[in-house]
Amino acid sequence: MSAASPAHDTHHDDHAHAHPTGLKRWLFTTNHKDIGTLYLWFALAMFFTGGVMALLIRAELFQPGLQFVNPEFFNSLTTVHGLVMVFGAIMPAWVGFANWLIPMQIGAADMAFPRMNNWSFWLVVPAAILLVASFFVPGGAAASGWTLYPPLIIQQGISIDMTILAVHILGASSIMGSINIITTILNLRAPGMTLMKMPLFVWTWLITAYLLIAVMPVLAGAVTMLLTDRHFGTSFFNAAGGGDPTMFMHIFWFFGHPEVYIMILPAFGVVSAIIPAFARKPLFGYASMVYATASIAILSFIVWGHHMFTVGMPAAGNLFFMYATMLIAVPTGVKVFNWIATMWQGSMTFETPMLFSIGFICLFTIGGFSGLVLAVTPVDITIHNTYYVVAHFHYVLVSGALFSLFAGAYFWLPKFTGKMYNESLGKLHFWLSVIGFNIAFFPQHFLGLAGMPRRIPDYALQFAEWNMWSSIGAFIFGFSQLLFLYNVIECIRSSRKAADNPWEGADTLEWTHLPSPAPYHSFETAPVVK
Amino acid sequence: MGLDMIRKAFRNAALAAALAAGASANAAYDVDILPPASPIAQQIYDLHWAIMWVCIVIFFLVFGAMFYSILKHRKSVGAKAAHFHENTTVEVIWTVIPFLILVGMAYPATKTVLDMKDASNPDLTIKVTAFQWAWEYDYLQDGVKFNSLLATPRSQIEEWERKGEQKNPHYLLEVDKPMVVPAGKKVRLLITSNDVIHGWYVPQLGINQYGIPGFVKDTWFKADKPGLYRGQCSQICGKEHGYMPIVVVAKAPEEYAAWVKEQKANSPQAAAPAQVAVAAAAPAAAEDPNKKWSLDELKAAGEKVYAANCAACHQPTGKGMPPAFPALDGSKVVNGPKAAQLALVLGGKQGTAMASFARLSDSELAGVITYTRNSWGNKTGEAIQPAEVKAARK
Repeated sequence: MSAASPAHDTHHDDHAHAHPTGLKRWLFTTNHKDIGTLYLWFALAMFFTGGVMALLIRAELFQPGLQFVNPEFFNSLTTVHGLVMVFGAIMPAWVGFANWLIPMQIGAADMAFPRMNNWSFWLVVPAAILLVASFFVPGGAAASGWTLYPPLIIQQGISIDMTILAVHILGASSIMGSINIITTILNLRAPGMTLMKMPLFVWTWLITAYLLIAVMPVLAGAVTMLLTDRHFGTSFFNAAGGGDPTMFMHIFWFFGHPEVYIMILPAFGVVSAIIPAFARKPLFGYASMVYATASIAILSFIVWGHHMFTVGMPAAGNLFFMYATMLIAVPTGVKVFNWIATMWQGSMTFETPMLFSIGFICLFTIGGFSGLVLAVTPVDITIHNTYYVVAHFHYVLVSGALFSLFAGAYFWLPKFTGKMYNESLGKLHFWLSVIGFNIAFFPQHFLGLAGMPRRIPDYALQFAEWNMWSSIGAFIFGFSQLLFLYNVIECIRSSRKAADNPWEGADTLEWTHLPSPAPYHSFETAPVVK
Repeated sequence: MGLDMIRKAFRNAALAAALAAGASANAAYDVDILPPASPIAQQIYDLHWAIMWVCIVIFFLVFGAMFYSILKHRKSVGAKAAHFHENTTVEVIWTVIPFLILVGMAYPATKTVLDMKDASNPDLTIKVTAFQWAWEYDYLQDGVKFNSLLATPRSQIEEWERKGEQKNPHYLLEVDKPMVVPAGKKVRLLITSNDVIHGWYVPQLGINQYGIPGFVKDTWFKADKPGLYRGQCSQICGKEHGYMPIVVVAKAPEEYAAWVKEQKANSPQAAAPAQVAVAAAAPAAAEDPNKKWSLDELKAAGEKVYAANCAACHQPTGKGMPPAFPALDGSKVVNGPKAAQLALVLGGKQGTAMASFARLSDSELAGVITYTRNSWGNKTGEAIQPAEVKAARK
């Protein structure tokens, strides 16, 4: 894109002030790459924490009857598994990628607010500790499902207050992170990097950041009302005092639906970077990708009611939310078609990032289809709060968000570390993940159609067979993730030097203008993008 | 209809695949919505298959193209990359066609939504009240009212220490007293809750409706023919959420009438519809309210009530699961003045899982309170008479 050579930038490693080392380096760092690394390792740790909870759940559900955990603890496991995976694993992992990539992809030296960046990360850690520690307080961790519906949540003990505090802290961190990302993208782009030249990962994060700023305060408001209902005698959600439990659901899902897009939009960006790189062909329909992302984000604000079809909204409410939800299929379809058109007549190779991206397209689309089924109000009513819904959102969040995180991790590991990961091990990780994932979650569609409710520790005998398969798949999937951990560590320690651009088709600034590993300070002089 | 045949073929194929996977002869590898048993459920069933066919066809078209591309356009077979990166015509087509398909889907779905919401002119209205963790059914016209609880014994459920006993065929989906309705009649349900949000969910009747404390929501169903339909609570409602089944028995109208008569005979207080309002304030008690019971009689009756209503939290041993569910054995309340315990059981305790149990009859409450005051380590030696409970309700 510009004339500067990769070697040129290596000399920009800044020695003007000394780098602290050891713990101090990480505690006080304001470097976007260090902070990105912190976010990514943190997310990985939380991913395994939430994963252990998931495996406990699946162990209990391996057969009917109660074998391992009591129902109260089971409910805590489902609740905290959800909260940890959403707020501790997926979201911080995307922020980690944003930190690493956005400055490099737009040709900026760092994020706009480096000190706030540090604070954003270090707020996440105590929040996670609060969440996990709530297992060890009297009464056990929150056991109301991650949606925290009152009045059930009002009944529980101090763990709820810890959860509310954790949500507040995470919200503050997300808002600061978003302000940082928006400011960076809008102000620090290199000369010539117009908005419509930005890589799609940058675009999707720009839109995601706006979503975060719009909805995190809404969630904060909802949990604050819970807190005052619990301790200060208010009745926001208590009918006896003139409140309404349904109002919490409306407020929660006004946050909750955009939240799902917060987790999936950056995934669209990653896949839109990887498919063209390995098809050796430019992304098809760049402009329509940007418009589709924006449409999805806007629509996400008017579909929250589809989580509430069984609340007893009036017919007009049900119909509005059904139509609006169905509409989302249109821009989402455009994206899938564009990715396939990008692959069409390309010259494809299938390294691990490409495999995970193709897995993403196939399985995310299955999640999209089941979302379409759920959008049809009458059909939703018969499978609402069943395992069908569990299957649906795991197809979107695991084979959607998580698979693209893996795709991104394998794709950029050479740039982050300067070393090549082990390709065969990566492929093994992919295949075990895909197989385990589908054995775990595909049968859950059938369980839901047959009427098995979610969040139950024990079930009727006709659900036994599919649950057994689901548990087997979950264990295959869960243990395969250790391969990823091993591969990352082995990659960092190995001596396989990665080329500056190990991928033939990758053409964004971090590949074309920076060496591998990317220097501690990059683009102190902005590149010129033509 | 041709579509039905394809559906059957699809189901058989899935079944065959399941069998091939090593399923035992009676294993349940269901892959479809349960057979519908009401007009609405039938519409839901058809809508589901309509949208599924749309999805299946699109899936094979789109991924057929993708896998063709993966096979043919790979570098290892010498494919050279083309350079096109946009085509307005194609992009407009694949925006407009999905939109039109969705409009086609929305039309029948809208009709069903409107049908579901039309609870007017019912033949019968039943008020459903959810509790942690049971259902109360109140037949507003017929003057019948009762609780419906899980009938599966705990010994089949809990396997922490050893393998549980042989499980009943309808393990966790069986209740002591099912909801009985006349088949072929429009039954309107008024659904609410006494404590937290629950979900009254019977898939074969096409109903899934939250019960929300402080609000009454209505829905309706018409069972096509006599039969038995099972369901469960669909919204997490605390630790016993998985143990809150629903059974609906649809009987021929004559048999239903006979059932109502029988229920009234067993429940004199609710005999006349005019008394329904009174009955709501003072739930049915078959016995003479002024009868004096002996301590042992009360204890024996109370033990059953305790097992059905209290043991899930306070445990059969009375040790509870502190701190959420305090022990009754040695409890200050249970060993203190009986009026205070009575007030707590009748009124519940705000901000905790302890709900009001005013829905139980005077004799049931007298029994269970006497039982707790004279069991395990508790030896107050006091009996509480139904008349005292009645007086305390004021």
